[in-house]
Amino acid sequence: MRFRFEVLVSLKDGLLDPQGKAVQGALPTLGWSNVSEVRVGKHIALTVDADDEAAATAQVQEMATRFLSNPVIEDFQVLEVEPAS
Amino acid sequence: MTEWKPRIGVVTFPGSLDDRDALRAATLMGGEPQTLWHGDADLGGVDAVILPGGFSYGDYLRAGAIARFSPVMESVAAFARAGGPVLGICNGFQVLCEAGLLPGALLPNVGLRFVCRQVECEVVNAATPFTRACAVGERLSIPVKHITGRYHPPAGLDPAQVVLRYAPGHNPNGSEQDIAGVVNPAGNVFGLMPHPEHASDPLSGSTDGLKVFASMREHVETAALVA
Repeated sequence: MRFRFEVLVSLKDGLLDPQGKAVQGALPTLGWSNVSEVRVGKHIALTVDADDEAAATAQVQEMATRFLSNPVIEDFQVLEVEPAS
Repeated sequence: MTEWKPRIGVVTFPGSLDDRDALRAATLMGGEPQTLWHGDADLGGVDAVILPGGFSYGDYLRAGAIARFSPVMESVAAFARAGGPVLGICNGFQVLCEAGLLPGALLPNVGLRFVCRQVECEVVNAATPFTRACAVGERLSIPVKHITGRYHPPAGLDPAQVVLRYAPGHNPNGSEQDIAGVVNPAGNVFGLMPHPEHASDPLSGSTDGLKVFASMREHVETAALVA
Protein backbone atom coordinates (compact mmCIF):
# COMPACT_ATOMS: atom_id res chain seq x y z
CA MET A 1 0.00 0.00 0.00
CA ARG A 2 1.07 3.57 -0.60
CA PHE A 3 0.77 6.29 2.01
CA ARG A 4 1.23 10.00 1.51
CA PHE A 5 2.93 12.04 4.24
CA GLU A 6 3.93 15.59 4.92
CA VAL A 7 6.81 16.36 7.27
CA LEU A 8 6.96 19.86 8.73
CA VAL A 9 10.40 20.90 9.97
CA SER A 10 10.77 24.00 12.10
CA LEU A 11 13.63 25.70 13.89
CA LYS A 12 13.55 25.07 17.63
CA ASP A 13 11.96 27.77 19.76
CA GLY A 14 14.47 30.31 20.95
CA LEU A 15 16.83 29.88 18.01
CA LEU A 16 17.26 33.00 15.96
CA ASP A 17 15.56 32.71 12.56
CA PRO A 18 16.95 35.50 10.35
CA GLN A 19 14.80 34.37 7.42
CA GLY A 20 11.65 34.73 9.52
CA LYS A 21 12.82 38.13 10.69
CA ALA A 22 13.41 39.25 7.10
CA VAL A 23 9.94 38.11 6.05
CA GLN A 24 8.39 39.80 9.07
CA GLY A 25 10.29 42.98 8.29
CA ALA A 26 8.89 43.04 4.75
CA LEU A 27 5.23 42.59 5.72
CA PRO A 28 4.60 46.15 7.02
CA THR A 29 5.83 47.59 3.73
CA LEU A 30 2.91 45.76 2.11
CA GLY A 31 0.48 47.16 4.65
CA TRP A 32 0.36 44.25 7.09
CA SER A 33 1.78 45.81 10.22
CA ASN A 34 0.00 43.52 12.71
CA VAL A 35 2.12 40.39 12.14
CA SER A 36 4.68 39.07 14.60
CA GLU A 37 6.58 35.87 15.47
CA VAL A 38 7.18 34.85 11.87
CA ARG A 39 9.20 31.61 11.60
CA VAL A 40 10.17 29.97 8.31
CA GLY A 41 10.47 26.19 8.15
CA LYS A 42 10.48 23.37 5.64
CA HIS A 43 7.73 21.25 4.20
CA ILE A 44 8.65 17.83 2.80
CA ALA A 45 6.01 15.73 1.06
CA LEU A 46 6.66 12.06 0.34
CA THR A 47 4.97 8.76 -0.52
CA VAL A 48 5.88 5.49 1.22
CA ASP A 49 5.19 1.95 0.04
CA ALA A 50 4.58 -0.23 3.10
CA ASP A 51 2.53 -3.19 4.33
CA ASP A 52 0.36 -1.07 6.57
CA GLU A 53 -0.13 2.40 7.93
CA ALA A 54 1.68 1.74 11.22
CA ALA A 55 4.83 0.56 9.45
CA ALA A 56 4.76 3.53 7.08
CA THR A 57 4.29 6.00 9.94
CA ALA A 58 7.09 4.46 11.99
CA GLN A 59 9.42 4.67 9.01
CA VAL A 60 8.63 8.33 8.35
CA GLN A 61 9.19 9.13 12.03
CA GLU A 62 12.61 7.50 11.86
CA MET A 63 13.54 9.23 8.60
CA ALA A 64 12.49 12.57 10.08
CA THR A 65 14.58 11.95 13.21
CA ARG A 66 17.71 10.71 11.47
CA PHE A 67 17.79 12.69 8.26
CA LEU A 68 14.96 15.09 7.39
CA SER A 69 15.54 17.14 10.55
CA ASN A 70 18.57 17.86 12.70
CA PRO A 71 17.49 17.33 16.32
CA VAL A 72 20.17 19.76 17.54
CA ILE A 73 18.38 22.71 15.97
CA GLU A 74 15.03 21.55 14.60
CA ASP A 75 11.69 20.02 15.62
CA PHE A 76 9.45 18.12 13.23
CA GLN A 77 5.87 17.04 12.88
CA VAL A 78 4.63 14.18 10.69
CA LEU A 79 1.24 14.54 9.06
CA GLU A 80 -0.35 11.65 7.20
CA VAL A 81 -2.36 13.12 4.42
CA GLU A 82 -4.21 10.15 2.92
CA PRO A 83 -3.58 6.64 1.64
CA ALA A 84 -2.19 7.28 -1.83
CA SER A 85 -3.62 5.43 -4.78
CA MET B 1 66.98 7.55 2.90
CA THR B 2 63.94 9.43 1.71
CA GLU B 3 62.27 11.83 4.10
CA TRP B 4 59.18 10.42 5.81
CA LYS B 5 56.06 12.36 4.93
CA PRO B 6 52.65 12.07 6.57
CA ARG B 7 49.98 11.07 4.09
CA ILE B 8 47.08 13.50 4.16
CA GLY B 9 43.82 12.37 2.58
CA VAL B 10 41.43 14.98 1.21
CA VAL B 11 37.87 13.84 0.45
CA THR B 12 36.12 15.13 -2.67
CA PHE B 13 32.31 15.16 -2.49
CA PRO B 14 30.09 16.22 -5.39
CA GLY B 15 30.15 19.99 -4.90
CA SER B 16 33.44 20.21 -2.99
CA LEU B 17 35.32 23.36 -4.01
CA ASP B 18 38.39 23.60 -1.84
CA ASP B 19 39.79 20.09 -2.15
CA ARG B 20 42.55 21.36 -4.45
CA ASP B 21 43.67 24.03 -1.98
CA ALA B 22 43.55 21.49 0.85
CA LEU B 23 45.74 19.09 -1.17
CA ARG B 24 48.11 21.98 -1.84
CA ALA B 25 48.22 22.84 1.88
CA ALA B 26 49.05 19.18 2.57
CA THR B 27 52.07 19.57 0.29
CA LEU B 28 53.05 22.92 1.85
CA MET B 29 52.99 21.35 5.32
CA GLY B 30 55.49 18.75 4.14
CA GLY B 31 52.95 16.01 3.68
CA GLU B 32 52.07 13.66 0.88
CA PRO B 33 48.63 14.62 -0.46
CA GLN B 34 46.23 11.80 -1.25
CA THR B 35 42.91 12.29 -3.04
CA LEU B 36 39.93 10.43 -1.56
CA TRP B 37 36.57 9.97 -3.28
CA HIS B 38 33.20 10.23 -1.51
CA GLY B 39 31.92 7.04 -3.12
CA ASP B 40 34.94 4.96 -2.10
CA ALA B 41 35.11 3.72 1.48
CA ASP B 42 38.85 3.01 1.21
CA LEU B 43 40.97 5.64 2.99
CA GLY B 44 44.13 4.13 1.58
CA GLY B 45 45.97 4.06 4.90
CA VAL B 46 46.32 7.85 5.25
CA ASP B 47 47.64 9.42 8.48
CA ALA B 48 45.05 12.21 8.57
CA VAL B 49 41.83 13.13 6.77
CA ILE B 50 40.63 16.55 5.63
CA LEU B 51 37.00 17.23 4.68
CA PRO B 52 37.27 20.36 2.53
CA GLY B 53 35.01 23.34 1.94
CA GLY B 54 32.39 23.70 -0.73
CA PHE B 55 28.71 22.94 -1.15
CA SER B 56 28.47 19.16 -1.09
CA TYR B 57 25.24 17.94 -2.70
CA GLY B 58 24.28 21.57 -3.23
CA ASP B 59 23.80 22.04 0.54
CA TYR B 60 20.31 20.63 -0.12
CA LEU B 61 18.12 19.91 2.94
CA ARG B 62 20.86 21.21 5.28
CA ALA B 63 24.55 21.90 4.65
CA GLY B 64 26.38 18.59 5.08
CA ALA B 65 23.21 16.55 5.66
CA ILE B 66 23.50 14.39 2.55
CA ALA B 67 27.31 14.15 2.38
CA ARG B 68 27.38 12.51 5.79
CA PHE B 69 25.77 9.40 4.25
CA SER B 70 28.52 9.00 1.61
CA PRO B 71 30.31 5.63 1.71
CA VAL B 72 33.56 7.37 2.65
CA MET B 73 32.00 8.81 5.82
CA GLU B 74 31.63 5.43 7.51
CA SER B 75 35.36 4.95 7.09
CA VAL B 76 36.06 8.49 8.29
CA ALA B 77 33.94 7.83 11.40
CA ALA B 78 35.82 4.57 12.09
CA PHE B 79 39.14 6.36 11.53
CA ALA B 80 38.05 9.08 13.99
CA ARG B 81 36.89 6.53 16.58
CA ALA B 82 40.35 4.93 16.37
CA GLY B 83 41.90 8.31 17.22
CA GLY B 84 42.90 9.37 13.70
CA PRO B 85 43.07 13.15 13.16
CA VAL B 86 40.18 14.52 11.09
CA LEU B 87 39.98 18.17 10.04
CA GLY B 88 36.73 19.61 8.67
CA ILE B 89 36.93 23.01 7.02
CA CYS B 90 33.73 25.02 6.40
CA ASN B 91 31.49 22.52 4.58
CA GLY B 92 33.66 19.80 6.11
CA PHE B 93 32.80 21.22 9.56
CA GLN B 94 29.10 21.10 8.63
CA VAL B 95 29.44 17.48 7.48
CA LEU B 96 31.17 16.47 10.75
CA CYS B 97 28.41 18.13 12.82
CA GLU B 98 25.69 16.42 10.77
CA ALA B 99 27.52 13.10 11.18
CA GLY B 100 27.57 13.54 14.95
CA LEU B 101 31.38 13.47 15.02
CA LEU B 102 31.35 17.04 16.34
CA PRO B 103 28.88 18.70 18.73
CA GLY B 104 26.39 21.37 17.66
CA ALA B 105 25.15 22.58 14.30
CA LEU B 106 25.64 25.38 11.80
CA LEU B 107 22.80 27.74 10.91
CA PRO B 108 22.34 30.45 8.27
CA ASN B 109 24.35 33.61 8.94
CA VAL B 110 22.59 36.24 11.02
CA GLY B 111 22.93 38.80 8.20
CA LEU B 112 21.45 36.34 5.65
CA ARG B 113 24.35 37.20 3.38
CA PHE B 114 27.23 35.20 2.06
CA VAL B 115 30.33 36.60 3.78
CA CYS B 116 33.75 36.46 2.18
CA ARG B 117 36.42 38.28 4.14
CA GLN B 118 39.57 37.98 6.19
CA VAL B 119 38.84 37.55 9.92
CA GLU B 120 40.97 37.44 13.04
CA CYS B 121 40.60 34.34 15.19
CA GLU B 122 41.97 33.71 18.66
CA VAL B 123 43.37 30.36 19.68
CA VAL B 124 41.53 29.35 22.86
CA ASN B 125 42.92 25.84 23.22
CA ALA B 126 46.47 25.16 22.01
CA ALA B 127 46.57 21.60 23.38
CA THR B 128 44.95 19.95 20.35
CA PRO B 129 46.51 18.13 17.37
CA PHE B 130 45.41 21.09 15.23
CA THR B 131 46.70 24.01 17.32
CA ARG B 132 49.76 22.64 19.11
CA ALA B 133 52.01 24.88 16.99
CA CYS B 134 50.07 27.92 18.29
CA ALA B 135 49.98 29.73 21.63
CA VAL B 136 46.82 30.38 23.65
CA GLY B 137 45.59 33.87 22.80
CA GLU B 138 47.49 33.92 19.51
CA ARG B 139 45.62 35.62 16.68
CA LEU B 140 45.36 34.00 13.28
CA SER B 141 44.32 35.95 10.19
CA ILE B 142 42.29 33.53 8.07
CA PRO B 143 39.53 34.10 5.49
CA VAL B 144 35.92 32.96 5.85
CA LYS B 145 33.50 32.43 2.93
CA HIS B 146 30.13 30.95 3.78
CA ILE B 147 26.42 31.57 4.20
CA THR B 148 25.72 28.82 6.77
CA GLY B 149 28.34 29.51 9.41
CA ARG B 150 26.45 30.49 12.56
CA TYR B 151 27.59 27.94 15.11
CA HIS B 152 25.05 26.74 17.67
CA PRO B 153 26.68 24.73 20.47
CA PRO B 154 24.72 22.05 22.32
CA ALA B 155 23.74 22.86 25.89
CA GLY B 156 26.59 22.10 28.23
CA LEU B 157 29.40 22.12 25.65
CA ASP B 158 32.70 21.64 27.52
CA PRO B 159 34.59 24.96 27.17
CA ALA B 160 37.76 22.92 26.56
CA GLN B 161 36.23 21.83 23.24
CA VAL B 162 36.23 25.41 21.97
CA VAL B 163 39.51 25.73 20.07
CA LEU B 164 39.08 28.91 18.05
CA ARG B 165 37.00 32.05 18.60
CA TYR B 166 36.45 35.03 16.34
CA ALA B 167 38.35 37.97 17.86
CA PRO B 168 36.15 40.75 19.29
CA GLY B 169 34.43 42.55 16.41
CA HIS B 170 35.29 39.81 13.91
CA ASN B 171 32.32 37.44 14.28
CA PRO B 172 31.11 37.33 10.66
CA ASN B 173 27.98 35.21 11.07
CA GLY B 174 26.48 35.54 14.57
CA SER B 175 28.05 32.36 15.95
CA GLU B 176 27.16 31.88 19.61
CA GLN B 177 30.00 32.71 22.01
CA ASP B 178 32.01 33.82 18.93
CA ILE B 179 32.91 30.15 18.37
CA ALA B 180 34.85 29.58 15.12
CA GLY B 181 36.10 26.02 15.70
CA VAL B 182 35.49 23.08 18.04
CA VAL B 183 36.95 19.63 18.73
CA ASN B 184 35.25 16.41 19.82
CA PRO B 185 35.73 15.32 23.46
CA ALA B 186 38.72 13.14 22.48
CA GLY B 187 40.29 16.11 20.67
CA ASN B 188 41.14 14.31 17.41
CA VAL B 189 38.30 15.70 15.29
CA PHE B 190 38.37 19.45 14.57
CA GLY B 191 35.95 21.57 12.60
CA LEU B 192 36.21 25.27 11.81
CA MET B 193 34.46 27.71 9.50
CA PRO B 194 37.55 29.78 8.55
CA HIS B 195 39.73 28.39 5.76
CA PRO B 196 43.32 27.76 6.91
CA GLU B 197 44.12 26.25 3.50
CA HIS B 198 43.43 29.65 1.91
CA ALA B 199 45.98 31.24 4.28
CA SER B 200 48.88 28.91 3.52
CA ASP B 201 50.73 30.73 0.78
CA PRO B 202 52.34 34.21 0.93
CA LEU B 203 50.48 35.00 -2.30
CA SER B 204 47.18 35.00 -0.39
CA GLY B 205 48.38 37.61 2.11
CA SER B 206 48.55 35.47 5.25
CA THR B 207 50.24 32.19 6.04
CA ASP B 208 48.67 31.89 9.51
CA GLY B 209 46.58 28.91 8.36
CA LEU B 210 49.76 26.88 7.92
CA LYS B 211 49.97 26.66 11.71
CA VAL B 212 46.94 24.38 11.71
CA PHE B 213 48.61 22.09 9.18
CA ALA B 214 52.01 22.30 10.91
CA SER B 215 50.25 21.26 14.13
CA MET B 216 48.71 18.25 12.35
CA ARG B 217 52.11 17.29 10.99
CA GLU B 218 53.69 17.51 14.46
CA HIS B 219 50.87 15.41 15.87
CA VAL B 220 51.15 12.71 13.22
CA GLU B 221 54.94 12.61 13.56
CA THR B 222 54.72 12.24 17.32
CA ALA B 223 52.13 9.50 16.97
CA ALA B 224 54.37 7.71 14.44
CA LEU B 225 57.34 7.88 16.83
CA VAL B 226 55.30 6.43 19.68
CA ALA B 227 53.94 3.62 17.52
